[in-house]
Parts: sequence; structure tokens; C-alpha cells
Amino acid sequence: MSANQAAESLLASNQQKKLENLPKDYPLSTSEDEGDNDGERKHQKLLESVSSLNGKDRQKLAERSEASLKVSEFSVSSEGSGEKLVLSDLLEPVKTSSSLAAVKKQLNRVKSKKTVELPLHREEIERAGTPLEHEIFNLLHKNKQPVTDPLLTPVEKASLKAMSLEEVKMRRAELQRARALQSYYEARARREKRIKSKKYHRILKKGKAKQALKDFEKLQKVNPAAALEELEKLDKARMMERMSLKHQNSGKWAKSKAIMAKYDLEARQAMQEQLARNKELTQKVQAASESEEEEEGQEEEEELLVPDMVNGVQINGLNPWMFRNHFIDAKEAEVQKDLKDPTEPEAQEPSESEEERAGEEETLLKEFEERRSLRQKSELNHMAEPVHRPVTKDPSSQEVLSELRALSQKLIAENHQSGKQELSSARTAQREEPAREEEEPMLLQRPERARTLDELEELGREGCVENKELPRTAVEGLQLEKNLSNHIGAPKEKKRKEQMIDLQNLLTTKSPSVKSLAVPTTVQELEDEGERDQRQMIKEAFAGDDVIRDFLKEKREAVEASKPKDLDLTLPGWGEWGGMGLKPSAKKRCRFLIKAPEGPPRKDKNLPNMIINEKRNIHVAAHQVQVLPHPFTHHQQFERTIQTPIGSTWNTQRAFQKLTMPKVVTKPGHIIKPIKAEDVGYRSSSRSDLSVIQRNPKRLSIRHKKHLENNCVD
Amino acid sequence: METVPKPDSNVPPKKDRLQAKKKKPRRYWEQETTGTAAGASPGPPRKRKRNRELRPQKPKKNDTSGKFRISKKPRELKSPGPQRSLSGAQDPFAGPAPVSVEVVQKYCRIDKSKELPHPRTKTRSRLVAAEAQEEETSVRAARSELLLAEEPGFLEGEDGEDTAKIRQADIVEAVDIASAAKHFDLNLRQFGPYRLNYSRTGRHLTFGGRRGHVAALDWVTKKLMCEINVMEAVRDVRFLHSEALLAVAQNRWLHIYDNQGIELHCVRRCDRVTRLEFLPFHFLLATASETGFLTYLDVSVGKIVAALNARAGRLSVMTQNPYNAVIHLGHSNGTVSLWSPAMKEPLAKILCHRGGVRAVAIDATGTHMATSGLDHQLKLFDMRGMFQPLSTRTLPQGAGHLAFSQRGLLAAGMGDVVNIWAGQGKASPPSLEQPYLTHRLSGHVHGLQFCPYEDVLGVGHSGGITSMLVPGAAEPNFDGLESNPYRSRKQRQEWEVKALLEKVPAELICLDPRALAEVDVISLEQAKKERAERLGYDPDARAPFQPKPKQKGRGSTASLVKRKRKVMDQEHRDKVRQSLEQQPQKQEKAKPTGARPSALDRFMR
Repeated sequence: MSANQAAESLLASNQQKKLENLPKDYPLSTSEDEGDNDGERKHQKLLESVSSLNGKDRQKLAERSEASLKVSEFSVSSEGSGEKLVLSDLLEPVKTSSSLAAVKKQLNRVKSKKTVELPLHREEIERAGTPLEHEIFNLLHKNKQPVTDPLLTPVEKASLKAMSLEEVKMRRAELQRARALQSYYEARARREKRIKSKKYHRILKKGKAKQALKDFEKLQKVNPAAALEELEKLDKARMMERMSLKHQNSGKWAKSKAIMAKYDLEARQAMQEQLARNKELTQKVQAASESEEEEEGQEEEEELLVPDMVNGVQINGLNPWMFRNHFIDAKEAEVQKDLKDPTEPEAQEPSESEEERAGEEETLLKEFEERRSLRQKSELNHMAEPVHRPVTKDPSSQEVLSELRALSQKLIAENHQSGKQELSSARTAQREEPAREEEEPMLLQRPERARTLDELEELGREGCVENKELPRTAVEGLQLEKNLSNHIGAPKEKKRKEQMIDLQNLLTTKSPSVKSLAVPTTVQELEDEGERDQRQMIKEAFAGDDVIRDFLKEKREAVEASKPKDLDLTLPGWGEWGGMGLKPSAKKRCRFLIKAPEGPPRKDKNLPNMIINEKRNIHVAAHQVQVLPHPFTHHQQFERTIQTPIGSTWNTQRAFQKLTMPKVVTKPGHIIKPIKAEDVGYRSSSRSDLSVIQRNPKRLSIRHKKHLENNCVD
Repeated sequence: METVPKPDSNVPPKKDRLQAKKKKPRRYWEQETTGTAAGASPGPPRKRKRNRELRPQKPKKNDTSGKFRISKKPRELKSPGPQRSLSGAQDPFAGPAPVSVEVVQKYCRIDKSKELPHPRTKTRSRLVAAEAQEEETSVRAARSELLLAEEPGFLEGEDGEDTAKIRQADIVEAVDIASAAKHFDLNLRQFGPYRLNYSRTGRHLTFGGRRGHVAALDWVTKKLMCEINVMEAVRDVRFLHSEALLAVAQNRWLHIYDNQGIELHCVRRCDRVTRLEFLPFHFLLATASETGFLTYLDVSVGKIVAALNARAGRLSVMTQNPYNAVIHLGHSNGTVSLWSPAMKEPLAKILCHRGGVRAVAIDATGTHMATSGLDHQLKLFDMRGMFQPLSTRTLPQGAGHLAFSQRGLLAAGMGDVVNIWAGQGKASPPSLEQPYLTHRLSGHVHGLQFCPYEDVLGVGHSGGITSMLVPGAAEPNFDGLESNPYRSRKQRQEWEVKALLEKVPAELICLDPRALAEVDVISLEQAKKERAERLGYDPDARAPFQPKPKQKGRGSTASLVKRKRKVMDQEHRDKVRQSLEQQPQKQEKAKPTGARPSALDRFMR
């Protein structure tokens, strides 16, 4: 990937930023000129509706892609129907041309003929006057956008008609789900917005700062030029900060804190912190401190950034009304990921404003639309052309893509801050940069392509698709992308990948070939040999990943099977409603689930190419010792005593004899007399003392000796 | 397991002087023997001799004093210090002969590196005794290595000369006549590629041609035992426990012949068998079939012990691990699976190749496994612990057949060429850098086996049988009691009975052959638990600490409690310390698996 390309991509992302602001700004620009009364009123209405897009009362507005707080099956919202922004309104001549006289004449002529009814008929609209109108109309026409009826485009209509009952049902279910999700998001966002915890916000800020820092570092690595630009911006921000004398303990808050500092340790700390920050900000900037600055000098930075964003506004051949949506598509992949795990995304990006949410929602809806249109591609292929493009697998662009995504994430975060800013700067809005046409296709292609690649990967993970033809670089790009997005499943996936790679290494390491003196001759093989060779060739052609994948799959299954099973004691219908199709609630299931204790680690845990059966061999166990003999308290102690084999196979003859010698040896043909007391050491009579002597000769007393001598004499 | 090398039975084992003489206890028969005539006693000769010695000294009928002296006299004889011979000359090598520690270590089986839970005194004395016993037996075994007189053969090139360039003709020219006679070729072009098998003693050879030709012969003397044509395709042949029985895997069923060529059995439950393997200590004939079944046939009772479905299609690669009698099967998906008749599933599976596995061989100690696959690679695996390939080589055409010799040489048949690799020492794996020997045959290799106790490699190929000389391949010292190449018919029969008596049950086959020396912990724990449940308390549990009452006014309740608390605290601290020691391991484990934590995680519910 060339640096040039990267720069371009960065530019494209900048444009997105600008484009996002377009819907707000564009109508504003028109408001400058004064029109006739009717026009003014309409315009006022338009302004209101547009500004309502931004604020809290946004959900009043009914749009065909919007979901209200209430989850309703049908997307009819009674609330906002009155002040709906209708596209056909925009088509009307709002801006009168400078040559008013001629127009007035025309108008008069028309009036004299007959009264004009508003809105105009279709033909009359088509005949509409100013070049701008023409242009807009052309655009709309070209893109099959609704001119009079704003609800459905012809494409959509056609697709609606073409849908079968099941499809309609499916679609409805999809929409329902989407709407539900949206409302959840909204509710959640609102809740989070209301959080008053300072700690929370501090942590949020810190997290963001870290993220931004990381992004910058990444950018530095990937695209030094862009990083440099970024740095310059920071420098400017720093300068602004120095000029503004903020963080100098001169503000209201700082003064109050200064008073409190004497008594309050926290206040003192806060002051010190502020001072430190000031120092940090006013120092000559380092790359690392960038993120904090971004957070700190919000306003300044925004002022600085906004013009750039607005500068990017451009009008090209495509429908300008669609820009916003197109930009939003860029985040589609993220949204998709969020969708997969509805509980989790807030933790990642909890501070997104509602506007942002709305953007996501639209994206969501748009995506569904796209899916639907994809389904009916056959009929409307040529119409749908601009919506979905063939997937191109240009490796370099893929890499750019992944970077772009990272950048866009960052920009989103920034935009969120700038979003609070009111729609003020009319002067900036007017400025228009010469359009860069070559950037545009890239910008538009992006989301679609990324999504498809994501899907591809998904498929590959399930083993349905052989992504062999996917170029290596593309795969790497994907990997990078994955690293960037903190997808929950990522670490596990990565680990598995690693294992896979390990196995790959194991099996495919280039081994030096043996230099044999006698190379086998391959002439005149037997039939079966030939047959085998053919099979061999086929095998070789297909040998590779599938073997490894199969093995890994098998191993995974084995691991799963050997895991101890959890015990579920949930009684359906106990304490709640029961019946067909009703499942006990997650909470209940969680409560009555007895988790099995985690077993010992598998023996093949660290052996990627092994599956060891963990089942107990009961046949061997039947032969093993099952009771510990007396003096032993632990089985390891006993094991040590039985470790040496005593058979003649493993020992010399002598050792074998000694090891197997019985403790008691009897002789055949001899009477074994019963044991007597004197044998054990008791002396009951005079006869028995001999045995005592024999047992412990040391203790022979003189008396005994005498006795003994007497005996001997006898 | 190391078995002690046994010399011929007529060589007496060296007498050991390690045994310390103890005081002889009084025996119940000795009262009578001393009372009666000396010759009548049927005791062992040694004791009789002693008695005879005593006789002149003890004419009196007093047993007790006599006993006393008996016990005393040997003690005097065994007094320490340099022994003097009759002539008065001193033994220059007094005491037992020294034994090298390494050799002794080889026979030691107790793993002393493992730490035991602290034993009680009674237990400790047992442990000490067990260790002393082990040391003694291993010293004896090490000392008996002196009797292994034969040395392995070798082949050395003159400086810089590659041994692989030495041809068979050169070797034959250089060796003595008896050895030269061991190199021969059998030209049997008519009945197709041959499989062959040597008997366990290495004296007999059987081979079967694809087109039905089966023969058995004493290959040293070249005396033909039988030669038949079974009029059916022969896939594999194998001797059973002795050379008198012969299993032949024919096209349809498994047949068993005796050494006269008379068909004894037709085992119809083993059909379409492709490979045969005989486990000599279990008397099991393992058969791998085309239908994917691995069948174990107990040849001592003629019963099928287990029929296992490998679920991997046609089985055409099989070998046994001589260390633990586990059967290794090679599959077309590049894995090698390990089987025992006790388990329905494989004991283990090893992914070895990217293509199918063509051949597997395991060396005599069970430490190395060589595999070759369709990916033209030859790999050498370490079977202890890691199961990782030690070395890998790509062969020009891949090896279709592999065989290990007793001393760890590896032979590979590739097309019509046989390559042999050798390692540095006995236990070292063969290094695949340079072939030790190379030989080209007149046909494609179809069967390979090293002859036990002879430096000979038998190769069955499409042109017949070739017996190659491979110096240093075989174990030079045979165990006369175990597998004696020179045994007579009578000796063989006796050995057969002994071997049958020592037959190992089939269900004992498992990956670790020393599993029998372990306690079944699971049932032990279970029994313990049940006992505690039955009794209502755990009888093995340690009693809680009870401080001793103290005198002199120190036995106050407060101090009692204090002492109790002290002990409790100490125990608690120990427990905490232990758990702390375990924790970092857990954390290390947890870290790489989990996602990088976000700062906001603490707010998650």
C-alpha cells in the first residue's frame, strides 16, 4: 500500500466527518436569502424540523426509518405526522434567483392563467424552474428517489410487491427486532446520559483518552503523514489553549477550589491536577500527550476542527441527500457487531449521544433494506446497482480499509463531542471545496465491502467456505481489523488461530529433503501401485487445511464431551406462567443451575496435535489396589513400596528368590507344635528360663548362669 | 521396562555378598534333627553342611547351648576386616566389585524426585525398606550386565567415506563365512510382492506372496518347513507365539496353519484382514481389516477379545508398540490412533501428516515413533510427554514401509530402494541426516522387518525376498530363557507352558504399562467418602487441637484460649499462603484468555 493511497483514505474519512454535518448545514445555507411569504413560512417549518433532528425532542419526528420509544409492530407514529419533513417541500423554489423581475413576470403570467395548487402536480414539478431545482430533480430521478411520495422509493415498492408472504413476515420480524433494539439503545443511552457519577465520567474520559492515544500510535505506524497532520492540529489546539489562559486557576471553578483547598484535601488535589494539566498543555507538545489535550481543550479543538469538516462538503453526481446515510454505513460493521451482543456494546461506547444513536439506527434499517434488496436482486439488479457493488478483493485497499475503520471510530468519538455544538457557523457552511470525485467511490464502497468480508470470515470460521482464494494480505487486513475492534469473541478466536498456526507449523515446516544415493526408479509399477499413486496425487492436491481443521474440530468436540455437565434443576412453570412455548426466565435458570466443578486440566491441553482420551479405563482399575494397607496414610507412599517389580522377568535369579521368599517357611514332614508361653518370653516354670536366656542373652544374670550350669551338669 | 538380561541358564549368577547374615531363629524342626541322625534331615544342603560341622562340636544332647553356638559361630566368621586365605595372602580386591552408578540407575524404578506427603514413623520404615530393596535388586541387575559378553557389530567408513556407499557385496566380502551366508536373495517373481515375518527368536522366517504363495523356513540353515499355495490373495503373514503356528491373512478370512502347512483354523470373524500383529505377552493376534475393524483374537483360548470399529475407513497401516502393547493405526486423514482392547475409543490420536499415513514404526523401547505420509515426509516422534516430531525429512518418493531394529536403526522402503538410518548410541533416535546404508532391490518393497538377534534386514519385494546384512542392527545378547534361537523342541514346549502361565490379561493394555503399580485413587476416595457417610464422621480426620493443661497457675482459661487461637491462626495463615501461591498461576492463566478489560467494566452488572 502506498503512502499516497493512505493519505487519500484519510481524506475520505475527513470527508465523512464533513458529510455528517451536511443535513444540518445545507438547508441553513438556503435560509440566507429571503423569499416570499409562503416560502418563508415553509422554510421556517423546515428549519424547525431540521433542528428538531438534533435535540432531545427528536423522537417526536416521524421518519420512515425511525423507531419511537414505543415498540410497535407497525412503524406508524401518530405523533410527528404533522410536522413531517417532506421531500417534495424541498423541491419547491425556495431560493429565488437574482433576476427576480423575469420570474415575477412569469409568475404573474401563470397566475393570470389559473390558480396554482400546492403542491404542484407531478408534471408541473418536472417542469419546475431554476437550474438548482432541475439538478435536484434530476438527481432524485436518477436515483429513483421518491419525488412526491416520500415514503417508498420505486425500488422499495417493487421489492415490497415482489415479496412473498414469508418474506414479508421475515422482514417484519426483522424490522420489529431492529426497532426493539433501537428503543433499547435509546433507553439505555438516556439512562446513561443521566448518570451523575463524576467518577464514572472521569473513568469514561480516561478510557477515551487511552483509546485515542492508542489510535494515534497506530496511525503513526500506519500512516505517518496523517499522524503528522494530526500532530499539527494538536499543536494548534495547544496554542489556542495558551492563548485562552484556561487551566490557569483563573476560572470560577478554580477560584472556588482555591478557597476550599485549605480545608479540603480533595479540592487541593483537584487544583494540583488542573495545574499539572495546564503545564502539560502549555509545554511543547509531545505525541503522547495528544489524547488528553483532545479531551481537555474540547471547545477550542472543535472550533478548530469544524471548519475542516464543513470544508469537506461537496456535491457530486450522486444524490446529496443520501450522503449522511452513506457515511453512516461506514459504521455498519460495528453496529452489526453490537447487534450480536445487545448487552455489551454500551460498555464499550457508552457516551454516544442520541444523535449518534439515531445514525446507528438508520444504518441498521438501511442494512436490512439492503439485505432485502439483495434477496430480490434478480429482478431489480440494475436498479440496485448503486446500493450494492460486487465485492472486490483488492488486498491493498483492504488494508487501507481496516485503518480507515480505526480512524473512523476515533472520528466518531470526536464528532460526538462536536455534535453538542449548535448549528451556528453559517459562514463556514457556505464554504465549499472543489469536489474530489475520485474519493467518492471509495467512500461509498467501503461499508459494503467491509461487511461482505466480515461475512466471509464468519463463514470461514464455520468452515463453510474455503477462503483459499482470499489473498493473504486480505486475511492479514482482516486480522488487523479484528485487533482494532474490541470484539468480545476476538481473544478466543485468536487463541484458536494461534493453535491452528502452531499445528500448521508442525505439519508444514519445510524439512530438508534427504539426499539419497539411490533414487528409487519409478518405472513399470504394478497396477495397484499405480492406482495408489493416482490416489496419492489427488490426496496431495487436496491435502492441507481440511485435515487440520477436521482434527481441531474433533479435538474441540472431545474436549466438550469430557467437560463435566452442569446440572439444571429448573422446573418450568414453577412460580411463573407455564405452558406451550414458554421458557423459564434466564434469571430462574441461572439460579437453579448447579455448575459442575471444573475438572483437572486435560493432558493434551498443550499438545496441539494430540487428542488423549480422558476416559477412565475400568478394566485396568479392576486390577488396581483399591484399599490402602494399614500403616500408610497416603496412596503415594504405598505406591512407592510397590513400584519395584518382583518377577523373575525383571530381576536376577537371586534377587527374585529373595524378593519372593515367604515370611514363614515350613518343612514338610515335621510337626509344628503349638506355641508355648515360653516361646513368647514368659517364664511360667523352671524349664522355660532357657528360652528366655536364648532370647536375650545379654540379660543373663548370675543366678541364671548358675542355674544353667546346674542344668548342664545334669 | 528394563528387563534383566539373562545369560544361558547354565551360567550361574554371580554370588552376592550384600546379604547381611542375621541371627538365625530357632526352627521347629531343628529340635528333631539334632536329636536324630544327621543324614535323615531333608534340609537344604547349606544347612546340612553347617549341621555336619556342628556335629563333632556338639556331641551333647543339649540343644540350647548348641543353638547358642550356632548363632555365634557365623558371627565370628563374618567379622569385618581383610579376609585371609589359607596361604596367608591378602585379597587385593577386597569387598564386592564396584558397580557404575549409571548402570544401577538404569534399573531403578522408584521416582525419588516426587515428594511424598510426610510419612509417619511406621510408614517411613517401610519406605526405607522398599528403597533399600530396590537398590539391592538394581545393583544385582547391574552387576549381572557383566554377563552380556557379546558386542554389537558396526560399520565404519574410512576417514570421510560415506557408509551409505558401501554395497552389500562389499560387506559380504569382508565378513566371515557364517555371516556372509546370512545375505541371500530369493528370486520369486512368479507370485508377486511378498510380505514377511521373522519369529520372535529370529530363527525362522515366513513369507507370503500376493498370489497365494506361503512358505516358512529356518532361514539360518535354509531348511524349508513348509511351502503351500493357498490359492487366494495373501495380504499378510505372521508367526504366532512360536514358529509352530502361522497366521495368514487371506483375501476372505484369516487362516492359521502349523509349520507343516496344515490348516488348523479358519477364523471367519476376522474377514478381509489387511494387516496382522501379534502381541506375544498377551497372546493376542490383532487384525486390521478393510471394513475398518480392529479385532483382537486371543490365540491361547481362541476367543475374540474385542472388535473395535476405528471409524476411519479401510485400515492398512498397523504396528504395535512393544513397550506397552498398544496398537497404532495409521489413517488417511493424517492421524495415527492408539488402541487397546479395553477401550472402545482410541486411547489417543496424533495428527502426524497433512496427507494420509503410509507407514508407522515404533522402536523396541517405545520411545520413538517413525511415520511416513502421503506428503512425502518422514517424521520421528517422541512418544514420551510431548508427542512432537523430533526430526522431519522430505523423501523424494516418500516411504511406503518403515521398520525399527532392536538397537534403534530405522529402515525405510521407498519404491525399490531401502534406506537405513542409524543413531549415535543405543537409546538415541536415528538421525535422518545421512543414511547409514542404502540398497537397491530388484522390485518394489512390500514388506520390511529386522531379524531379532541377527544383523539382518529382511525385505519382501515384488521380486522375492532379500536378506540384507546391516551391521549393528540387532541386540547381540539374547535371553536364553525368553527367546533362545538355539532352543530344542523340548525347551520350546517348556517355554510355551511358562509363557502361557505368565500371560498378561488383555484388559491390562493401556498407555502406561506401569498403571498396575498405582492405586486406584478414584475408588479409594469413593470408599473413604462412603465410610465417612456410614459412620457419620471422618475417622481419618485430624483431631482439633486441644491445648494441654498447664500447672503453676498458668492453666487459666484465657491462656488456654490464647494458645488455641495461636494454633488456629497459624493454620489459617498456612492456608492463605497456599491459596496465594496458587493464585498467580490462576491469574496467568486467566490473562491471555480474556479480552483486554475496559476501564468501564467495573460499572457492568
